[in-house]
Amino acid sequence: MSVILIMIPAAILLAGIGVWAFIVAAKRGQFDDLDTPAIRAVFDDDDVPSSTANGEIYAQSSTGSDAGDAGGDAHSV
Amino acid sequence: MTRAISAGSVGPMTDAASTKEEVLCDHCSLPVPAGLVNPQAEHQFCCGGCESVFNVLHGAGLDGYYGIRDAVAKENQPAASSNQNYEELDDPAFQTACVTNLPGGQCETELLLEGMHCAACVWLIERLPRVCPGVVESRANIRTRSAVVRYAPDQVALSRVARALDKLGYAAHPARGAGAREARKRADRKFLIRVAVAGAIAGNVMLLAIALYGGALSGIEPFWEHTLRYYSMGLGLLSLLWPGRVFFTGAIAALRTRTAHLDIPVALALAVGGLWGSYNTLTQSGEIYFDSLAVLVFLLLVGRWVQHRQQRGAADQVELMLTLTPTSAQRLMDDGTTKRVPIEAVEVGMRVQVEAGGSIPVDGVIESGRTQVDNALLTGESRPVSCTVGDPVIAGATNLGSPIVLTVSAVGDSTRAAKLMALVASATADKAPIVQFADRVAARFVVAVIFLATATFAIWTLRADLRTGIEYATALLIVTCPCALGLSTPMAMSIALGRAAKRGILIKSAAAIEAMSNPTKTRGALILDKTGTLTQGRTRVVQSKCDMALLLAAAALEQHSNHPLARAIVDHAGDGAIPVANDITQTAGAGIEGLVDGHRVYVGSPAFVAERTEFDDNASLLVQGMLDEVLTPVVIADETGRVGVLGIGDPLRDDTVDAVNALKARGWDLHLCSGDHSEIAQQIAWQVGIDHAMGGASPEAKAELVRSLRAQGHERIVMVGDGINDAAAMALSDVGIAVHGGAEAALQAADVYLTSPGVMPIETLCDLGRHTMKTIRIGLGVSLCYNTVAASLAIAGLISALIAAIIMPMSSLSVVALATRPWRRKGEH
Repeated sequence: MSVILIMIPAAILLAGIGVWAFIVAAKRGQFDDLDTPAIRAVFDDDDVPSSTANGEIYAQSSTGSDAGDAGGDAHSV
Repeated sequence: MTRAISAGSVGPMTDAASTKEEVLCDHCSLPVPAGLVNPQAEHQFCCGGCESVFNVLHGAGLDGYYGIRDAVAKENQPAASSNQNYEELDDPAFQTACVTNLPGGQCETELLLEGMHCAACVWLIERLPRVCPGVVESRANIRTRSAVVRYAPDQVALSRVARALDKLGYAAHPARGAGAREARKRADRKFLIRVAVAGAIAGNVMLLAIALYGGALSGIEPFWEHTLRYYSMGLGLLSLLWPGRVFFTGAIAALRTRTAHLDIPVALALAVGGLWGSYNTLTQSGEIYFDSLAVLVFLLLVGRWVQHRQQRGAADQVELMLTLTPTSAQRLMDDGTTKRVPIEAVEVGMRVQVEAGGSIPVDGVIESGRTQVDNALLTGESRPVSCTVGDPVIAGATNLGSPIVLTVSAVGDSTRAAKLMALVASATADKAPIVQFADRVAARFVVAVIFLATATFAIWTLRADLRTGIEYATALLIVTCPCALGLSTPMAMSIALGRAAKRGILIKSAAAIEAMSNPTKTRGALILDKTGTLTQGRTRVVQSKCDMALLLAAAALEQHSNHPLARAIVDHAGDGAIPVANDITQTAGAGIEGLVDGHRVYVGSPAFVAERTEFDDNASLLVQGMLDEVLTPVVIADETGRVGVLGIGDPLRDDTVDAVNALKARGWDLHLCSGDHSEIAQQIAWQVGIDHAMGGASPEAKAELVRSLRAQGHERIVMVGDGINDAAAMALSDVGIAVHGGAEAALQAADVYLTSPGVMPIETLCDLGRHTMKTIRIGLGVSLCYNTVAASLAIAGLISALIAAIIMPMSSLSVVALATRPWRRKGEH
């Protein structure tokens, strides 16, 4: 029976580690949003972008805007 | 692609469209208006916004959006692109306020997004880096309708990021007040941590308790018993001092301000149980209660957390509404070009241009242009005011007419709107909080429990000894701890908040539900603001004594005018074939004339038309009749002698009379208080059957009305309004309700925000309040039964720690189950 003297502190220590891990996770903001991750789970991961698409869309977004964003034109895809 | 609807096609449109062939928008799947169907085109769109979003998605290889959308979305919405160019986001004043610089040269900012509503939206927004190079990551949050965007500022400007989101169909709004949001987030995390810690401790103490109860039944060596009791004490005290500390601080704060609060009986039970349990553990005698105490702390915290979360959800949605108000201004530079700048960068003396239909961002004096300004949100006046060069205009008003240029006379805190906001802030500070039902009961509860505990203590000290007296009194305090109030009330409130949100009623303060529940008992007074609440909030032709040909001729002329009355006439002409008009002359504030089909036609005020042509006595009588009904008469006459008269006004909503009658039947004392002209207010009040009406009310007069109603003995005063002019009165009243389309100040002062127009939602809220309070009372009744049984057992000295540990969760579970009692609104299924 005397093994209990070790087991109870060990069990409480384990629980303490769990609580500590939760606190760290909560402080890092892991539980800030409890709704979106549930939605994210339904997405497939296999949507790889086609290499040509980026350039095309980039050109498009340039046409709609005025001269004010000339700084953005310097970079490439 | 043209999708002809047949059986089995996708989307909610199937039933409605099965009879005729309907073309659906390739982006949003809503029907395409007949005029926009292009038989030659491969794709069909209901609007330009949908078309450009479709092209963007198609070009970026993001067609996967449609698959997800069809699988998850319950309703479809057209794209909400605003086509702004967002250059104000690149202004240094904005960047320092709202953008966080991360190590590694990246930046992060939070943007609130209009039009985000389903899983497919989340998918699309998180694929932003693919559409907009330079964006590193975009994480959406469906609850707050926002996204945190991380981007490399040397590769992409923030305005370009916002434009990319806009092109995906989500108009972006910067989330201001980042500091306050961050502080709130930290508070939320602390709350959650407390719940988790309390839960972990409660679980472990219960494990120890099982061993102890097992030992009590079948025998246990004293050494092991005491070991387990020491462990229980350690964990129990940890629970009381860490997560349970909030109850003690709450009780102390309540005692200091001498207000009743539920924390007081809770803290009493926790303190006495904790102290006596520790004494018993150390002296190795008597009962310990740490298992019950730890569970109590956990359950009460869970109840509070659930309610807090629900309330936060409503507050977040209201915040999104707040950000929709203009935060930038079109600055006119010295060289004649315009530049969009954030409101923070506007200074007195600058020149600002306001487009037609735009909202005026600052107080100023008109420098050029003449227009009509709608001050409804500021003064409550529903008729637009004519302004010309030299006239002052105020921030928050809407420019209805033509573009104007202002010289800025006041910005920020010195604008008229900001001064009214200050009035709101001071009124909010003056307002006594509603003592909620749970707290009122708690006050009586404390007295009863202390009395019973003292009696138990006295009886058993006399009959047996001091130890027995303390033992039984402690047991009584713990078993009668108001768990039902602490758990079932927040649960019922949180369920009610959720039900209200589903019906477009966002409740920021749960006290509103109770305040709305029983107007008969509290002599409730409900003050309604006219503009936009009882009426439709826009000018329309209400009476028409005019033949169709003449009406179309008038519409032909009025098409060339920006005047709201002119727009009402064009709307009224509807789909009719409007002829071509030429040789048009407009006389400001009077009327318009011109040639239509070869005849000279005059449209305008009776005086204007009488000057130019003759009209008969019959028409004059019609004009007089309309004036009596407080409508604005517009006379149409042509040179052949045809005459027609239109009565233009702000018509009542269809459901207003029903809703007003239902509110009256509930016992509300209804008041109409409008900034509009007295005669209009009287007329509307008479039409809908409201006894007390007050017109021409200034913001100060409205606040005064709330004070005088309170002086007359009305205990619950509800102020319904939409404008900045109502905000002070809202803050002063017990419940402020901001109706659909309200101003920023009204949203901030309000406890409740209605996302659907009209008075009917207020009726729904009353019904929900009634139901919820009944649920809470039933829960209280059930728990009182448990408490009575438990208290009698305790007084009789029959209660053991085991029975206490069984009764408590049983009562908690049954009251929580009761809190989910279904509510159904009449006419809803």
